[in-house]
Amino acid sequence: MDDVIRTEHIGKKYVLRHSRRTGPRTLREAFSDRTRSWLRGGGVPAREEFWALQDISISVKVGERLGIIGRNGAGKTTLLKVLSRITEPTAGQALIRGRVASLLEVGTGFHPELTGRENVFLNGAILGMRRHEIRRKFDEIVAFAEVEKFLDTPVKRYSSGMSVRLAFAVAAHLESDILLVDEVLAVGDAQFQKKCMSKMKDVTREGRTILFVSHNMAAVNSLCSQAVMLEGGRIARRGSAEEVVKHYLESGSSAITAQEWSDPEQAPGNDSIRLRKARIFAAAGSEEPFFTTATPLALEIGFANAVPDCALNISVVLWKATGECIFNTGSESWELAPGDYSCTCHIPPHLLNEGNYTVEINFVRDRSRVLFNLEDACSFEIHDMEKRAWFGKRMGAVRPKLDFTLKHASPNEVDE
Amino acid sequence: MLKSPPDTQIIEAGRSRARIWSDLWRYRELLFFLSWRDILVRYKQTVLGILWSVLRPLLTMLIFTVLFGRLARLPSDNVPYPLLVLAAMVPWQFFAGSISEAGNSLIGNANLIAKVFFPRLVIPMATTLVTLVDAGISFLLLLGLMISYGTLPDWRILFLPFVVLPAYLLALGCGLWFSALNIRYRDFRHLIPFLVQVGLYVSPVGYASTIIPGKWRLIYALNPMVGIIDSFRWILLHGRTQLYMPGLAVSAALIALIFISGLLYFRRVERTFADII
Repeated sequence: MDDVIRTEHIGKKYVLRHSRRTGPRTLREAFSDRTRSWLRGGGVPAREEFWALQDISISVKVGERLGIIGRNGAGKTTLLKVLSRITEPTAGQALIRGRVASLLEVGTGFHPELTGRENVFLNGAILGMRRHEIRRKFDEIVAFAEVEKFLDTPVKRYSSGMSVRLAFAVAAHLESDILLVDEVLAVGDAQFQKKCMSKMKDVTREGRTILFVSHNMAAVNSLCSQAVMLEGGRIARRGSAEEVVKHYLESGSSAITAQEWSDPEQAPGNDSIRLRKARIFAAAGSEEPFFTTATPLALEIGFANAVPDCALNISVVLWKATGECIFNTGSESWELAPGDYSCTCHIPPHLLNEGNYTVEINFVRDRSRVLFNLEDACSFEIHDMEKRAWFGKRMGAVRPKLDFTLKHASPNEVDE
Repeated sequence: MLKSPPDTQIIEAGRSRARIWSDLWRYRELLFFLSWRDILVRYKQTVLGILWSVLRPLLTMLIFTVLFGRLARLPSDNVPYPLLVLAAMVPWQFFAGSISEAGNSLIGNANLIAKVFFPRLVIPMATTLVTLVDAGISFLLLLGLMISYGTLPDWRILFLPFVVLPAYLLALGCGLWFSALNIRYRDFRHLIPFLVQVGLYVSPVGYASTIIPGKWRLIYALNPMVGIIDSFRWILLHGRTQLYMPGLAVSAALIALIFISGLLYFRRVERTFADII
């Protein structure tokens, strides 16, 4: 048996009380609850059971890097908490072979008033390291975190990047057989993330096992070989990381990529223009039901024109869900007779960065007068699936793929 | 059922409770580190630093001496009044400090509890160890004061461990109760300072317990600090204060009860801390 983690039907139940947080917070509440339930003849005050985890059975092999993905509230963190013994399961059993180190948050237990050196010892002890072990690894930790110069400075004067580096360094040097990591690499700069990634890969090469929770699909995809997707506290999918990540992306988008209005009465528009269809889809060559930064996209706009002899053009505005405008582009002007038309606008691959977008469509007459405007014609999400050695998001509104040329520069050539 | 090879741990409902002692042993260094952290942090960015743990008992002692000794002229069992007060101040401040610090210790470390596993018992234990260190410092102050009065402890000092241990168990026992209850019922955050305030007057700190009429002594001993303070005075002040044996027995029994029940209660609710904190 070379499973290091085996769980059998793990479940975790929380009891929710209505219009209240968990449990009575004051004695008065506790007393009044008791009294009320006693008066009602034993009836318990309105409570609802909530299973944060249900029937979780997984097994993880030695040296495996298992990604755990799922939407917020799917139970990912609860699972890590159960496996790291922070909280007890309500049902089921888990069998764990070897020492577990969990990193649910970077820098838990760091005390701002203490110096970097003091915090390394404190944090190490909190994570379960012995003193001699910390002392032995001390130089390595400090070198990894690149904080040699500030060892005797209180951590409260550190930049956030510095304290994150120090905290990760401590956890990464913990001699554990199993490392449970929760979304910790969302912080820190690109260079450091790269370092952490390769550190985590090294860790598994030493025969250690990693369970890695993340919302960042690119990270899961490049770090993990296997993945589990949780949904509503249950296992929705288990398999190779690539496959599970794809399943996650397919199942999850709240975006409305296509709208069609068959009844003209209901369709958005006015006496001049009426929408028939607005759809964003992956143009030829892509079979994935989700869009990545490398997917060529096409926007199809179906509409009915009711204005005779009209010089019409369509203007498309692409908004990021966060409110920034990414671009505004217009078609040429067409001389249109009344009737139904379909127009397609192509958005090339490697233009948009990852994120959520909404499409606004304007119908413009004579290049000056807006006949009709529809703000949320459709929406879509672009995922980052590029494999790379770090987890960070690429910055910027756009993400073009540009040509870089490189040649040897000999001194003579420079002179010319 | 899953079988368990030696290096394996099984996680299931109720399992942590059974493992509490081995976990505690494994995390014994954390106990040291948390105490060390609290001591380091406490006097950072203060001008007087460690002097504070000398100043507080000293000033209270002065006030009580003036109030009870000079103005109220309470009997002092032939002991200089400042000594009488300070000899009680040391155990009292240890107890008061322990329950107020330990009572809030779990909440103060909420983040640790929610994010890291370790035996939760370590936290209130570390806090009471810190107040024990403080008590050690004020004990040195007491010795200094005794020397300035020309007295030194006699053979009775050998009994000191027999007071320190029950005092520690009492402080820890109350600390366990309050810290665990405080997680569930935040009322205790308000109740504890009040208890400390009242306790200072219902315990024989500013006066000798001999002023309590004989028939009330046994009931008075239901406050376990009475037994502790009386014995502490007896040990240091050459037996000039009297010991009331039935009272001591009551105090001792109560201390054992508080400590054991506190430990059992803490162990029972410990596993829910991370969920409700």
